[in-house]
Amino acid sequence: MNAAVARAIERDPQALPRATALLVAVVVLWPMLVLAEFKPWALFEAGNLRVMRDFLVGFLPPVTSAEFLGLLLKATLQTLAMATAGIALALLLAVPLAFVMTESLSVSRIGPGRGRVLGRALRAAARWLLLALRAVPELVWALVLVRALGLGPGAGVLAIAITYGGMLGKVYAEILESSDTRPARALLEAGSGRVAALLYGLLPGAAQELASYTVYRWECAVRASVVMGFVGAGGLGQLMDQSMKMLNGGEASTILLMFLLLVLLADFLSASLRRLLA
Amino acid sequence: MNTGELSASERATAAAPCITCVWVSLALLAAVVASFVGLGIDYSGLFSADSLRSMGRFVAEFFPPDLSAAFVKKTAWAALQTLAVSALGTLLAVLLGAALALPAAGRFGSAARHATRLLLNLLRGVPELVWAALMVLAAGLGPFAGALALALHTSGVLGRLFSEALENTPRDAERALLDAGSGAAAAFAYGALPMVLPQWMSYTLYRWENNIRAAAVLGVVGAGGLGQLLSFHMGLFHMGKTATILGAMLLLVALVDSLSYVWRRWLTR
Repeated sequence: MNAAVARAIERDPQALPRATALLVAVVVLWPMLVLAEFKPWALFEAGNLRVMRDFLVGFLPPVTSAEFLGLLLKATLQTLAMATAGIALALLLAVPLAFVMTESLSVSRIGPGRGRVLGRALRAAARWLLLALRAVPELVWALVLVRALGLGPGAGVLAIAITYGGMLGKVYAEILESSDTRPARALLEAGSGRVAALLYGLLPGAAQELASYTVYRWECAVRASVVMGFVGAGGLGQLMDQSMKMLNGGEASTILLMFLLLVLLADFLSASLRRLLA
Repeated sequence: MNTGELSASERATAAAPCITCVWVSLALLAAVVASFVGLGIDYSGLFSADSLRSMGRFVAEFFPPDLSAAFVKKTAWAALQTLAVSALGTLLAVLLGAALALPAAGRFGSAARHATRLLLNLLRGVPELVWAALMVLAAGLGPFAGALALALHTSGVLGRLFSEALENTPRDAERALLDAGSGAAAAFAYGALPMVLPQWMSYTLYRWENNIRAAAVLGVVGAGGLGQLLSFHMGLFHMGKTATILGAMLLLVALVDSLSYVWRRWLTR
């Protein structure tokens, strides 16, 4: 083997693409790090370390007095109720819009029939509506709605319903489009209606994923109660806010443990629903 | 299940209406009804002329948005910062999530698996706002605290999704490499990683999209970006400026949304 061939073999054929990718990554990453004020050493400054240590030491032991646990239980129930009611209302918004938006359920898309342009316009309108619903943070919705409903859980529930309706609708449509769409297409081509194509063509393949995403959003709605504490909606958020403001670490850690329990509950629900729908 | 082996009577049972489903649906319905009743929300306020007018006045105050050059520039800067915070948070979360996904997928034994899963659940269970409040204490006010908070919460979510993807991937290629004498790290990098990478990428993009929205809210606790601007101006009732900021959020979400739409199209092509 002569030297030129040996050199050619030793050369990494991917060298140029790899070097380019690395360069692009650095060029993109650098301004990002500057903008986000990436200063990991701030974590280890003596002052910050002391504040954090004092705070974390305060977390132990978690408060387990009967009085606080009673309060916690009541707040948890209220948070669960708000999340459940919010998701139920969000479904009212998300399901019809996702049904309109799902491209694989479009009859006019199959052939050069009438209504092609109208269909596309409707889908685009639904997309933009969902986008506007979820782009405005739930906190802002809640503050607007407080004007009408007054302080209390009502504004929080509606705010969850609006933002989560926007997210659920979009993701439902995406799940329905990325699952196997051939049965639905076959049904539509054979002349079935949209609802039948959804129920018999798309849902059997996508039901599990739809269910677990809905449960995941429910879990997020439970966490969103922290935001809702701001509008006096009660629940775990308000309790957390009070404990943090009074720097009562023991109470805060009990509340965080409750959040962990709720996540485990959501996991359990999701797994059993998936098994049921399998 | 192999349906070919079922007898006619077994198939008949399988096709019978699912009783459990009926019970579960009823239970879910009962939970929803109980929630509404328990909260005792009076929604009549939504439809009374008086409160509608009050809400309408509030919304009308948002117009016209403040479009003076100086403020638009400030908003654009904050939007860039939000973008940077969300991207950095997601990037850190990918690194931490991938590191935790390996033990969580049972690669280092069953004890490590359970311990990591609990850790992932804890990371995910603590809301972003609470993480942000803690990180502001640890790293001081500013966007870096927001990025850390996003990273901690998101690594809990991603670690779990990554580990599930890893567990569901066939290990034949990796085992073949190991049998041929390659090291464990090389076998993972060349045998397992290429198979899960597309799925990991799509989860990451999806979380990044979520994190942009979350980063906008995190600013409320002093973590920089659009959120900080929003809570500042909303607190002072500068409604025109608030409207500009909300418009920027809308644009940001629309941008990321259409990017991920194009990306998904390209993936499922």
